[in-house]
This record gives sequence, C-alpha cells and structure tokens, in this order.
Amino acid sequence: MLTSAPRETISTAIRAARREQRPALIGFLTAGFPRRSRFREDLAAVAAACDVVEIGVPFTDPMADGTTIQRASFAALAEGVNLPWILAELSAVAPHLGAPVLLMSYLNPLLAYGLDRLPRDAAAAGVAGFIVPDLPFEESGDLAAALDREGLALVQMVTPVTPPARLAELCAAAQGFVYAVTMTGTTGKAAEIPADVLDYMDRVRKVSTVPVCAGFGIRSAAQVARFSGHVDGVVVGSALVEALERGENPGEFLASLRLRG
Amino acid sequence: MSSRAQAGASLADSQPDARGRYGEFGGRYVPETLVAALDRLQAGVDRHLGSADFQAEYARELATWVGRPTALSHAPTLSERWGAEVWLKREDLAHTGAHKINNAVGQTLLAKRLGAKRIIAETGAGQHGVASAAAAARLGMPCVVYMGAVDVERQAPNVGRMKLLGATVVPVTSGDATLRAAIDEALREWVSDPQNTYYSIGSAVGPHPYPYLVRELQSVIGREARSQMLALAGALPDVAVACVGGGSNAIGLFHPFLGDAGVHLLGIEAGGRGPGLGDNAASLTFGTPGVLQGSYTLILQDEHGQVRETHSVSAGLDYSGVGPEHAHLMRSGRVAYEAATDEESLDALSECARYEGILPAIETAHAFAGARRYASAHPGARILIGCSGRGDKDMPILQRTLLRDLC
Repeated sequence: MLTSAPRETISTAIRAARREQRPALIGFLTAGFPRRSRFREDLAAVAAACDVVEIGVPFTDPMADGTTIQRASFAALAEGVNLPWILAELSAVAPHLGAPVLLMSYLNPLLAYGLDRLPRDAAAAGVAGFIVPDLPFEESGDLAAALDREGLALVQMVTPVTPPARLAELCAAAQGFVYAVTMTGTTGKAAEIPADVLDYMDRVRKVSTVPVCAGFGIRSAAQVARFSGHVDGVVVGSALVEALERGENPGEFLASLRLRG
Repeated sequence: MSSRAQAGASLADSQPDARGRYGEFGGRYVPETLVAALDRLQAGVDRHLGSADFQAEYARELATWVGRPTALSHAPTLSERWGAEVWLKREDLAHTGAHKINNAVGQTLLAKRLGAKRIIAETGAGQHGVASAAAAARLGMPCVVYMGAVDVERQAPNVGRMKLLGATVVPVTSGDATLRAAIDEALREWVSDPQNTYYSIGSAVGPHPYPYLVRELQSVIGREARSQMLALAGALPDVAVACVGGGSNAIGLFHPFLGDAGVHLLGIEAGGRGPGLGDNAASLTFGTPGVLQGSYTLILQDEHGQVRETHSVSAGLDYSGVGPEHAHLMRSGRVAYEAATDEESLDALSECARYEGILPAIETAHAFAGARRYASAHPGARILIGCSGRGDKDMPILQRTLLRDLC
C-alpha cells in the first residue's frame, strides 16, 4: 500500500481532530443542491468548516435516505446534476479545498459511469474515497478492487444490528473510517442517543483499526458532545442540507456544531 | 420441494447460487441494516419453506381459503378466432382476484413463524396489497401497505378493499409515485424496524432470497397447469404465455415447465405507447443491466444510471425493473420476451371479455395480446395463457378508455 494513497488523507484528517480533543466533523451536501450554480461556493464553505467533506451523488431511488436527502437528490437531478458534472466541478476546486472529499453514491450511477474508468477519473478530480449505501460487504469486491488501484477508500458502514462476528469482519476490511450508523432507519431522523448506542460505538472502536465516525440523525451540538469520547468523528448530513435549503451560511451552521478542544 | 420430481427435470441453473445469483443477475444490494434481516429471512426460508409442517398449512390455506386448484379453462371462441388451441390457467378465480394471494399467504405464514409483529407490503395495481391485507386479516397480523399516489388514484377500488380488510394504506408521493416509489418506501420502513417487521414483497424482485421465495410460492400455478394440461388437453402446451411486470405470475407459470424442452415460454411486457425511454415498462425488451431495489437485473435507466419513469396503462406492470431470474432466462435463451402496447392489450382484453365471458385484468390482457400474436405466427399451436387476474379493479380506467369508445 502506498503511504501517499488518497485514502490516507481521510484518516489523517480525522486523527488530526482527535489531537485537538474533539470529534472530527464530516459535512454532507448533495451536489448541486439547492442550486447547481452555487455548488462551488457551498462546497468551499462546508470544506472550510469541516475536517472531511462528503458529497452526495443524486439518485432516483435513494432507499437509505430520509425525506430531506431524498428531496435534495430529486431537486439536484432536476437541475441536471450527474456524476461527470460533479467530477468536472471537483477537478476545478478540489485542489483548493482544505479537506479531503468523499463521494456518497448509490451503486447504479457508479456502474453506469463504468468501474473501469471511475477510479482514475475520481482520483484525478481529487476524490479520496467512496461511500456506497446499497453495497454490502459481500457484493463490494469488484468496486473495492477497482478503487484500490488508485488508492481510494471504500468506506464500510456498520449498524447497531450488525452481529459481532460480522462487525469484526467489516472493520478488518474498513478503509478511511468506519461509518457507524447510529440507528436502524434512514438518514435524517432526529433521535435521542440512548446509552446502548454509546456502548455500541465503543464496541466498534475496539475492533476497528481506522477511525470510527457516527452518522444518521446528528443535528445538534448536544448530540455531538454526547458522542465525544466514544467516536472519532460525526457525520452531519440532513441537518446541513436543511441549512443550505434555508439559505443559511453552511459555515456558521457547522461552526455551531463544532466542539472546541 | 417435491414439485421438482413432479415437474420433470428442472434446469439445474434455475437455482440461485449461494449469493442469490441467477447467472450474472440477482444478488443482494441493500444497506447494511438489512443484511441481518435478510440473513434471518434466508434462514427462515431454509428451515420452513420445505418443511412438512409449513407445506401442510400452506396447502390447507390454498385449498380451503384461496380456492385452489384454480380451473384450467378451454377457450373455444378464442381458439377458433385465432386458429389455435387456447387454454387459460384461471388465477383470476383465486381469492382476491389474482395470483398474488399465493405469495401473500405463503409469506404471511412464514412471517408468523419468524415471529414478526407486523406485515408491510408495497403494491402497484393494488392486488398484492389486497392479498396481503386479506392474508394478514386471516392470520391475525397488522398490515401496512405502501402504494404510489398515482396508483391510489387509478386503482381506487382496491384501496377501499384494503381498508375494509383492516390494512393501513400509505400513499407514496416521492419519486414517480407508482410501484417503484412504493418499494423504495417499503424498504425504508423495513430499514427502520428490521427486527419486528416482515416485508412481504409482491413480486419476484428485490434482494435475495425474495426472488427465490416468491417464485417457489408462485410455482403452484405452473405445477397445477402442467398436470391439468396433461389431464384435460392430453398434452403439454406448445407455448406458455404470461405477462411480466416484476414477473411473479410469469415465473410461477414458467418454472415447472423449464425442464420441458418442447414447451416454448413467452413473457409479455408492457409496451406502453412505444419503444422510447419513458414510454413503456418493458425492462427486458428495452432495458440495460444495473442495480435497482436490491438486485442486479435489467432496468430502464438513462446513461447516468438514473432510473427512468415508465408508462403503462397497467399499474401492475408499470415498473422500471424486472425479477433477476427473468433477466437470466432471457439471456440464456430459455424464455423469449416481447412487449405488447397499451392499445393491443386493451383490444385483447375486450376480445377475451366479449368472446370468453372473462374480464381479465389489464396486466393479464398483455399476455392475451402476446398469445394472439404467437397464434398468428404459429397456426394450430396449443397455447396456455396465464390468466393472472381479473379486471374488476380496472373499471375506473376502463371507463376512461374502452367504455368511453363504446358509448
């Protein structure tokens, strides 16, 4: 493995936050939402306020997403957003962003782009890795092998209902970070954080050699504070997309979630 | 299952592999949250589906509540008009009016054995919703049905039936607001409560093991039809024809005939207004490989992998994907697939009603349109048509189409 592989930038950025004794902040925005013309500006603002940026590739059938990201996804598609456009935009701006970039995409748009050319084009555009919510570990061999050629991460998701033996298997294969889903459900549902969720995060962290980040339903500084010490980072998606939808400055919203070390 | 011996030699490759693949198609493309739920379902299928206890209860429900075996009817007037020998496997006579009940009863029995607290289901034309609601009522389980808002409108009689049967009907307004959106929403609901919820999928689609489970439950259609043909027609058919949306009635009819090399198998998709992307729902005829709703199959999509909206006069066939086993059977050449347009299908519906005294569902009418075309190319052929459902539910749309022209 090359030490300079793009995927290394993800865990490096998350670990840097740990040295500041705060959970890293991973901000999610749907590419081209609310408007295509604002994407570069929104992306720069999110990158400036986050440790890692996750960009959603819109898809017609986002089965793991709640209403907010579904709405953003459909609106972006209506704006004509597609993967080639996203990569072209990133090529122009990624070198100037201070944070590594991940793409979140359902599998089908990646297959349509072609697994033969996707890794090279994504790496050239400054992408460090992928999150593919409808690709379980058993089906991930082809994509993982393709991304590996360019040193790109395929981020593995785990959930509270992932059995212990499987959890160990998934964490052993994890790259970049382990995306620990906070609950059974779709993205965006605000939820109390019961103690057993923190126990689960501790368990994931115990078996993982890469950083562990919690995601789904994280909306407030209080939630971030509760996860602090149990995870290496938090993913903020639907709440950030809603802030963008309201026309708020994403940097200010994210700053309100960021714990000072 | 014991059916295999009875049906003769099934093709060995008609069984999915350990990863749920039929050739290159199938698999299990779901969020991690559902992996454990699908593992539990697989274990339940392995443990119960072939068990004597399950099979006895399933057979009893099919015989005493669903009304099986359904009849095989000779169609004398269509035979004469088409210059063929036409036989109809009458799933329209099954309880709730279509083949969907075979699957709904089987899955609800399985859900009870797996300890589920409630059933969720999606529906397009409403037939699987009605069948699920009825089976849940019969077996004492709560049932929630997700249905596209467009379909709620065009299949209104079935919405009322589901409510009377005690189900909660949730209209889905996202996406295309038809069957595909309803499946997306049912999957989201299942992701939210995978421990207590049983997702009873209505067609031979979705992640493994659903396409296998639904096919096994629907194969009762082909097993009965095969022995009825031998008994009543004195021979196997030259061709068996069924409509294909997701493909559950077709796979149920075809599967027991796969080993009969002399029996041609013909699936008829919804050709809608024509071949353009967005004008039809014929995924096998016009689609390309991709992943939709849990399986790798043929789907109607654009160059960027975005799934396209479909058009069909028939809500039950109006779907952008198709069961992975059909994609495999087409690729292997064992089954041929064609499309019939809205117009051809409505015309065939009217012919069947007028001359055989049977008002088929608009979905089913596609099979009649395909069979008529087959007959004109193969004079004298012995044709078995899967008469998958009855058309009572289609009265609102028939009022706006065929009846408008009659008045």
